[in-house]
Amino acid sequence: MKAETAAQTRPATRSDKNLLWRDIIKNRWLYIMLIPGVLYFIIFKYIPMYGITMAFQDYTPYKGILGSEWVGFKHFSRFFGEPQFWTLFRNTFLLAIYNMVFFFPLPIVLALMLNEVRRERFKRFVQTLVYVPHFVSWVVVVGVFYMLFTTEGGAINELLYNLTGQKVAFLLEPGWFRTMIVGQSIWKEVGWGTIIFLAALSGVDTQLYEAARIDGANRWRQTWHITLPAIRSTIVILLILRLGNFLDTGFEQIFLMLTPTNRDVGEVFDTYVYTKGLTQAQYSYSAAVGLFKSVVGLALVLGANKLAKKFGEEGVY
Amino acid sequence: MQQDKTWGNRIFDFLNHGLLLLIGIVTVIPFIYILAVSFTSPSEVAKGGFILFPKEFSLAAYRYIFSTDTLIRSLGVSIYITVVGTLINLLFTSLMAYPLSRRYLRGRQPILLGVLFTMLFSGGMIPTYFVVKSLHLTDTLWSLMLPTAISAFNLIVLKNFFQAIPDELEDAAKIDGCNDVGVLFRIVLPLSMPAMATFSLFYAVAHWNSFFSAVIYINDSQKWPVQVWLREIVILAQSRIGDTSIEETEIQPLTIRMAVIVFSTIPIMLVYPFLQKHFAKGVMLGSVKG
Repeated sequence: MKAETAAQTRPATRSDKNLLWRDIIKNRWLYIMLIPGVLYFIIFKYIPMYGITMAFQDYTPYKGILGSEWVGFKHFSRFFGEPQFWTLFRNTFLLAIYNMVFFFPLPIVLALMLNEVRRERFKRFVQTLVYVPHFVSWVVVVGVFYMLFTTEGGAINELLYNLTGQKVAFLLEPGWFRTMIVGQSIWKEVGWGTIIFLAALSGVDTQLYEAARIDGANRWRQTWHITLPAIRSTIVILLILRLGNFLDTGFEQIFLMLTPTNRDVGEVFDTYVYTKGLTQAQYSYSAAVGLFKSVVGLALVLGANKLAKKFGEEGVY
Repeated sequence: MQQDKTWGNRIFDFLNHGLLLLIGIVTVIPFIYILAVSFTSPSEVAKGGFILFPKEFSLAAYRYIFSTDTLIRSLGVSIYITVVGTLINLLFTSLMAYPLSRRYLRGRQPILLGVLFTMLFSGGMIPTYFVVKSLHLTDTLWSLMLPTAISAFNLIVLKNFFQAIPDELEDAAKIDGCNDVGVLFRIVLPLSMPAMATFSLFYAVAHWNSFFSAVIYINDSQKWPVQVWLREIVILAQSRIGDTSIEETEIQPLTIRMAVIVFSTIPIMLVYPFLQKHFAKGVMLGSVKG
């Protein structure tokens, strides 16, 4: 400790350098332990960031980044000029809004409902059931939806046929695409999403409820005036995190749900990067699209966090 | 918390319990349906309707999917990447989290900032693909394990967990002649078992469920994990995986697909009861800021 403060107040001398070395040698095992992790982040996180430069080149794999020709913003202006850009923008945006409006409030509601249950065993039973879909893959979720909603013998359509005499092409009709996506997200994640709110709810002071009851508040009013304000900051933090990932519309899910018939409403930035980059080998162009998305995403996180702080909440960092 | 036994409260409780039960049942009914149909005889499936319990029990679909070794081999691949991948995750994450939890370590802050930044910004799919490719990892199972060796989020949570362990234990171990590696493996990790259990389960679920990295990095269908086959068979409706000498009329494509879903989900469901004990604690752990 003494050596550190001394080093700050006067220019570095030889003995300080010696101290630093002694420090490093003393803690050599700690530094050695750091090596694999640091290498991991450099190789798999930072080198790809450097690789983004290919968005400003006409990249060909055999010339590499150092040998390929620089073309400035060519790929970006091509992307912004394409009619496809606005389709992608709209699709990504609408899915994000749908998720925000229809998905986000549900775990809160479910957590509030579970919180009102006094019988521990019943509560745990329901929790066990609603957590299950979180642990299966998106392939299974989409597969289960296919099996249930297909017009060829899917249970839902069979049921619908018996009731109304008609079938609905939920999976092929573009108009149903967003509903299906949000429905899947709700089924898979709502139960799991309650955990964090239940944790926040367990910290609420029970004396507040007693006081409210003496004042004549019924359970609706208790929920409105005590429970909800108590989990307000948790809600805000999760909302910011959600905003930060606004453009991440659940890539695997959408990739799995895309068919040639719903591409007009389903294609989002991520799936477009995959199609153009890895299936059509337009590397530089799709890297440019990817960079655009990352930059907008970064701006959204920073913006959302600033907004939260303005509203007097703690923010995420 | 005691509630008054007024009629209003009784009705509230009744509705609340009923609704929750309904939500719970709606959540699991699709699984029961899939499970039931996969065990139902072709003739009963052909009649249609909503089957929740097979009247005519049949293993035809399972006999079909096990008639060649395609799916069994993919099960081996999935188990391999789940086990080895998770071990890599745990080793890499704890090796890095421990030094970063030592406040006196020089250079700790810049490294932490570097890790945090990767949570906000990334190179994206295409540049990452080229890194994996230039390391000659494509078409090897390493491509499914190394690029996800550390989750930045888990790393930071684990670092905070390690930080909360009293320093005196470290000092005592050092006086007894342990070096830092010894302290990590003999003192810190054994004390962190709840955290390690949670992380290993989260990492394992992620490995078991991952399919997109295999779609990108693995062309050789012999090395496909279960999830990729699941997509081929269930969503892309390619059912040519079993022995073609089995009569097509003997089985329904629908039943085969359901059997494949069951086949790929059972292993992760087997760990579920074990999971449940830990994950609530684990998520709480993750929600602690630091």
